[in-house]
Amino acid sequence: MSNADKARAGGYIPRDRGWHPAPFHPPYKTSVKRAPQAALLSFPSTLSEETGPVFGHTMLGPLDNDLILNFAAPGEAAIGPRIIVHGRVRDEAGRGVAGALLEVWQANAGGRYRHKKESYLAALDPNFGGCGRVITDADGRYEFRTVMPGPYPWPNGMNDWRPAHIHFSLFGAGFAQRLITQMYFEGDPLIAHCPIIGSISDPAAVGALVAPLDMARTVPMDARAYKFDITLRGRRQTAFENRPEGL
Amino acid sequence: MVQPLDILKETSSQTAGPYVHIGCTPNITGIHGIYDADLGASMKTGPVKGQEITLTGTVYDGMGAALKDAMVEIWQADAAGIYPSAQDPRGSADPNFTGWGRSAGDMQTGAYRFETVKPGRVPFPDGRMQAPHVTFWIVARGINIGLHTRAYFADEPEANAEDPILTRIEHQSRIPTLLAEPDGSGGYRFDIHLQGPNETVFFDI
Ligand SMILES: [Fe+2]
Repeated sequence: MSNADKARAGGYIPRDRGWHPAPFHPPYKTSVKRAPQAALLSFPSTLSEETGPVFGHTMLGPLDNDLILNFAAPGEAAIGPRIIVHGRVRDEAGRGVAGALLEVWQANAGGRYRHKKESYLAALDPNFGGCGRVITDADGRYEFRTVMPGPYPWPNGMNDWRPAHIHFSLFGAGFAQRLITQMYFEGDPLIAHCPIIGSISDPAAVGALVAPLDMARTVPMDARAYKFDITLRGRRQTAFENRPEGL
Repeated sequence: MVQPLDILKETSSQTAGPYVHIGCTPNITGIHGIYDADLGASMKTGPVKGQEITLTGTVYDGMGAALKDAMVEIWQADAAGIYPSAQDPRGSADPNFTGWGRSAGDMQTGAYRFETVKPGRVPFPDGRMQAPHVTFWIVARGINIGLHTRAYFADEPEANAEDPILTRIEHQSRIPTLLAEPDGSGGYRFDIHLQGPNETVFFDI
């Protein structure tokens, strides 16, 4: 029996590119010279996309999922509204994705990133680095603690402001699932004005990036909670192999 | 009315933005003390099997300017063509090879660089062998959804000529955009062009 005959799950379900943001979106000016112009080359996923790097829980430090403390001096903490962000990573069939690595980064409570190219005059917080990471449990669940990021202005139009957001980078089991996205916060009026969010045409797709306040997970007198579920691509499930009759 | 399909929609991509390095390679940006080391900085955890190579290149925008804020990741099989992944059913890969690398690019030039091994051949779903290749994934400010492509090797003409994907490309004149060129000293150069006459072939996989 050749390797190709061994039982395998089906290939990845194709991406719905109309649900994703348009690569070329002139209101987001940087996209104009960075969006490929030719049609993408489509083909069924192979082992090269169905495999992916493995990250074990042992690589995590005890404060990796706590942005309030992971850059703070001993006995100190980041300034800002304390929040817990939690959710579940699942595939398109709704099955939890265990062992998914999530890397997050964000501005501080004043909207300032710790980066030398950052030009916003809001103050740095000496106790806030701005990154964290977590790996999902057996059911696909994750949780981290941070401060609510501030909105910030950016050089695009004359007066563009990003809504408060947290950047997420995700690895699933296969490299085809690789995804970077951003989480927004329920009720933020800047969402409707953002040229980056505006690259997504379907309001339902935008809504899926907005985390609701979750009072049930809020810790009284400590931290509010926001829930952000994430869906990664799934693989076709079938008992029928795609091969010529008689083989 | 019909029954619902119960299929969830994939979460939409959003640009990695200008500060992707804070989240993914914080030590390079000067944020020390949170992670011991940046993930993907080294693809070797010990002596590796096979031909060791360097893979370098630059990502260019439609004006021919080098991107200095991109993040490039690669994923590849080991020298025997096995992926270091639980999803590869064909056996175990070189235990000293991670298969995955991440580069923030040089802070001055934007050039990425990976110290890796030349990958072996991996089968296509129908059993035909693919030519040796490295999967690339590029994100940056202005890129709304991460770009997938592959680097094949210009010094593997026979394998490339029978590769199930390379042979599918309608405009065969674009194949050189997918070829890493030997630099004569054990390395390969693979530049990526987001637009223009040499626009790299990007994949929808
Ligand atoms: Fe941001």
